[in-house]
Amino acid sequence: MADEIFSRDGMLSRSTLLRHTLAALVGLGLLYALINGMGDYRNSQLAPIAFTVCAAAGLTLLVGQSGQISLGHGAFMAVGAYTFALIQEHWRTSHGNLELIGLLAAAAVGAAVFGAFVGVAAARLRGPYLAGATLALALGLPSLATYEHLTKQLGGNAGLLVVSPNPPTGSIDIYRWQSVICCVSAVVVLWFVANVSRSRVGRSFRAVRDDEIAASLCGLSVARVQVLAFVISAACAGVAGGLLAIIDLTAGPQAFPLSLSFGLLAAVVFGGLGSLAGAVYGSILVVLLPVWSQDLTDALSVHSVKVSNNMPLMVYGVVLAVAMLAAPNGVQGVVRRLGSGIKRLAIPSEET
Amino acid sequence: MRTSSIRLAAGSVALLLVTAACGGSSSGGGGSGGTSGASAPGVTATTVTIGSTQPLTGPVAPGYSEISQASNAYFKYINANGGINGRTITYKYLDDAYNPTQTVAQTRKLITQDKVFAIFNGLGTPTHEKVVDFLNQNKVPDLFVASGCLCWDNVSAHPYTFGWQTDYTVEGKILGAYLKQKFPGKKIAYFFQNDDFGQDGVKGLDMEIPKSQVVAREPYDVTNTDVSDQAAKLQASKADVVVSFSVPAFTALLKLNMLKVGYNPTLVVSNVGSDPITLSGLLEAFAKQAGAKVNGSDLIQGIITDGYLSSPADPSNSWIQLFQKIHDQYIPKLPFDGNVEYGMAAAYTFAQALAAAGTNPTRDGLVKAVEAGLAQGPGLVPFRYSSSSHAGFTGTQIGVIKGTTIHLEGSPETTDDSSGGIEPYTTAQPTAPANGIPSG
Amino acid sequence: MFRFLNLTLNGVSVGMIYAAVALSLVMIWRGTRIVNFAQGGMLMFTTFIAWDLAQVHNVNYWAALVVAVLSGLVLGAVAERVLVRPVENGPPLNAVIVTLGLLIFLQALAGMIWGNSQAHSYPPGYSFIGYKVGNRRLAFSPNDLFIVVAVLVVVVALYLLFRRTPLGLRMRASAFNPEVARLLGIRVGRLLTLGWAMAAGLGALVGVLVAGTTSGYVQPVGPFDALLVYGFTAAVIGGLDSPIGAVIGGLLLGLLLSYADSYISNNVRTLYALLVLIAVLMIRPAGLFSRSSTRRV
Repeated sequence: MADEIFSRDGMLSRSTLLRHTLAALVGLGLLYALINGMGDYRNSQLAPIAFTVCAAAGLTLLVGQSGQISLGHGAFMAVGAYTFALIQEHWRTSHGNLELIGLLAAAAVGAAVFGAFVGVAAARLRGPYLAGATLALALGLPSLATYEHLTKQLGGNAGLLVVSPNPPTGSIDIYRWQSVICCVSAVVVLWFVANVSRSRVGRSFRAVRDDEIAASLCGLSVARVQVLAFVISAACAGVAGGLLAIIDLTAGPQAFPLSLSFGLLAAVVFGGLGSLAGAVYGSILVVLLPVWSQDLTDALSVHSVKVSNNMPLMVYGVVLAVAMLAAPNGVQGVVRRLGSGIKRLAIPSEET
Repeated sequence: MRTSSIRLAAGSVALLLVTAACGGSSSGGGGSGGTSGASAPGVTATTVTIGSTQPLTGPVAPGYSEISQASNAYFKYINANGGINGRTITYKYLDDAYNPTQTVAQTRKLITQDKVFAIFNGLGTPTHEKVVDFLNQNKVPDLFVASGCLCWDNVSAHPYTFGWQTDYTVEGKILGAYLKQKFPGKKIAYFFQNDDFGQDGVKGLDMEIPKSQVVAREPYDVTNTDVSDQAAKLQASKADVVVSFSVPAFTALLKLNMLKVGYNPTLVVSNVGSDPITLSGLLEAFAKQAGAKVNGSDLIQGIITDGYLSSPADPSNSWIQLFQKIHDQYIPKLPFDGNVEYGMAAAYTFAQALAAAGTNPTRDGLVKAVEAGLAQGPGLVPFRYSSSSHAGFTGTQIGVIKGTTIHLEGSPETTDDSSGGIEPYTTAQPTAPANGIPSG
Repeated sequence: MFRFLNLTLNGVSVGMIYAAVALSLVMIWRGTRIVNFAQGGMLMFTTFIAWDLAQVHNVNYWAALVVAVLSGLVLGAVAERVLVRPVENGPPLNAVIVTLGLLIFLQALAGMIWGNSQAHSYPPGYSFIGYKVGNRRLAFSPNDLFIVVAVLVVVVALYLLFRRTPLGLRMRASAFNPEVARLLGIRVGRLLTLGWAMAAGLGALVGVLVAGTTSGYVQPVGPFDALLVYGFTAAVIGGLDSPIGAVIGGLLLGLLLSYADSYISNNVRTLYALLVLIAVLMIRPAGLFSRSSTRRV
């Protein structure tokens, strides 16, 4: 029986979907234990990590697997957040959970549609030109909210108000509930992206990334593949944006500065391009590094206010640069090297 | 293929567990998020710990980052002189770089991990708005928000939140009434920040200045430092008076661009953007070119503004003497300007509230102490605190910049932010206590 | 009409600033195929040095400017050798992250040295009061003219350097084909460092010029950050391989933004930049002045 499931020819090996679903369920279980076991403060850090994972998963798919650059993924998060807020304004039901799922799905769809437009434009661009366009997108799109003639609809500088969904009555407090929502969404997004990655679609991404000409000779429409990559990664970022809106209780331009997009990029590169595990490591690092560097600064008890105010930033900048120099393939690259190193030690005979 | 998903799962779990383990001290899992069980977290027999979120770095740090340092200096002074009811005050202010997502994270840290007794002087409207619900749900006193938004006065929805400074609409009304009286029939134009600060101010101005007199309304966005177009449009409107609800950087930018095109109307600036020392500093390098004799302050002479605290350059004022002494001892490297005075004055008000909360302060007790009413301290006008109003200063006083100071004229006036009338307030400002510490 | 004239002049002077930033980005791109995201931070840092000399220690404007440019040269050279050399041949995104790390580091360092509590004003080189035309004043001053002329002079000097000198030829060869250049005995590494140094020096000049305008201040995080994005947009519009494109792109962007700010709305400036960029790239995906062969990166 166990053989049927776990062996090399067993069910798990053959069905990617089953494997991923199982992993997702295990992940959910572990997260549930984690959320219940951790204190309030740690819980409040879990939510930002979780929605960063959503966006980073999409971005690593786009950048790592389909080989396109997006320096402005924050823009897709913004579209997701505003879609969430706008639809919530006009549609409330009494079924809290249903509404939540509907709104997050809407955020994903809204961002995906926008991603389609961007993808079509992006399909013509390469390398630094795509980088420049997405950078301008990240900077320019949020300012649309402050455009005078749209302030009524888009809320101007203050943004649109968002109502946080309430937990099933009495079970846990609203902040833990936000963590739960974010974590479940992250697991779902990861599950989805993992399946895409292992599917024909994912293979087409990698084919186009590695050699456009060969890919088109095989019958793939390069442009369509590239647009699809943008659509999927934008949808993930849209979910992340919706989650951000829930936590911030607003969808406003100030929550989407350039540093958000750069942070996502850092998470993806740091974790290891194209790797979902990397997206998780990278998100944890990008969210927690400022906290750790603040704690480090506090521990050092620096006398000068100028120095102590800026030390967390300095640590962040130094770590980013040094990490890239030391581990060009990101954390996942290091893990892989360690993994194969251990394997070589443990099973020397296989190497001959 | 199997190995990669296992790796993913294993890796993520490992990392998360490490993270959780690093949490270490984190307290009891599950249960309600409110800390109302402990009525006085952050209070020990000898200390009181309070927290704040401030823009210490980032684009708006200039000016604003002085406020927390000044408040901290005042608290240090109190601590060195016996504290309040035998307790010293520890002030933990964290950097949010004016990014609301950061404000949310830092505030949660202050409440759930650092377990501060109260939040004091959280700075900024778009930033603090995001944490007001959280603080009130957790029954944390949210005292003296550093922003003139009218939204902090909402007793029913936010019973733990209190404003402090004169709100922008009250200020706009008083400025507007002064202009209506002083410049009857003249053309007036507005230059204002494109958010609630500018818009609330303009609302107040419009309550007093007749619509027919307003010939131009030019907004600006803090992300765009090129205001040459607004200056040109203001000039084209031929306004005699320009009222500016702007932060100091943009007040200076406006002045420079008006000088550039040879436009010299009477300039009226909100208290937020009119600190003479800050403005002189910002205009310093342009002064000689603009025909000033020596320094930047020449370019700001005659600017009409307002203030609800005494002018920092008035050495005969007992509060200024106190603050100057504290400044010279604890923060001598900062200029003694309006921001520093603001920080110390707000800290004084907090000390008043803490003293009034008694020898065993609780969170609810602190809130009640403020609602019972606080003496105006270094303010020129009284506070509005009561059980039905959580707004701060009730008005302001018109002044004119002469030299590097604001010379206050006439008497302070008070009003509300709707249709109430404007009343002069003639009671003299109380003098500072001899030791500089309120007695509650 | 007067308004249009003013807007055009404003667009030209702002455009020349963008052009200069674009030019330094193009120089780095041509040499090392990297976009220097730290450009804004580097020029902020060198401007702080200039400010410290000029306003705090009362050093002469021109001396401070020279020192700023020299510091820029040093900063660029050091950045290339220490940070960029190791990632030059790797995945391009690694270089992006490294330069981002450098940007944050420089902002933090400036804050540590000079503090975040004040925004500082910087003197203009010449009068900032607009020229008198009849009984009105243009929104264009001697200082604006100085900026336009200074950037033009630098552009011409760089053009002559690259096209007419042996050094310039060697630099172009190293950028075009490093392997062959090495075979010919060219010290490619040294020239790459020189390229970064020059780009940073140019950036330093831009920083000092911008700080002295009626829309610039010196502070660790502030107006200089948007400069990178506008400069990059201008460079992309013009085509990243073309210095002439950088200048034209800068001017075009400056003019269009100036008109749009005034005739449409002034609080969505970054949105206009985005629209101009999209419009140009849709017609010519590699910029206005790109060579016909599409370069695969």
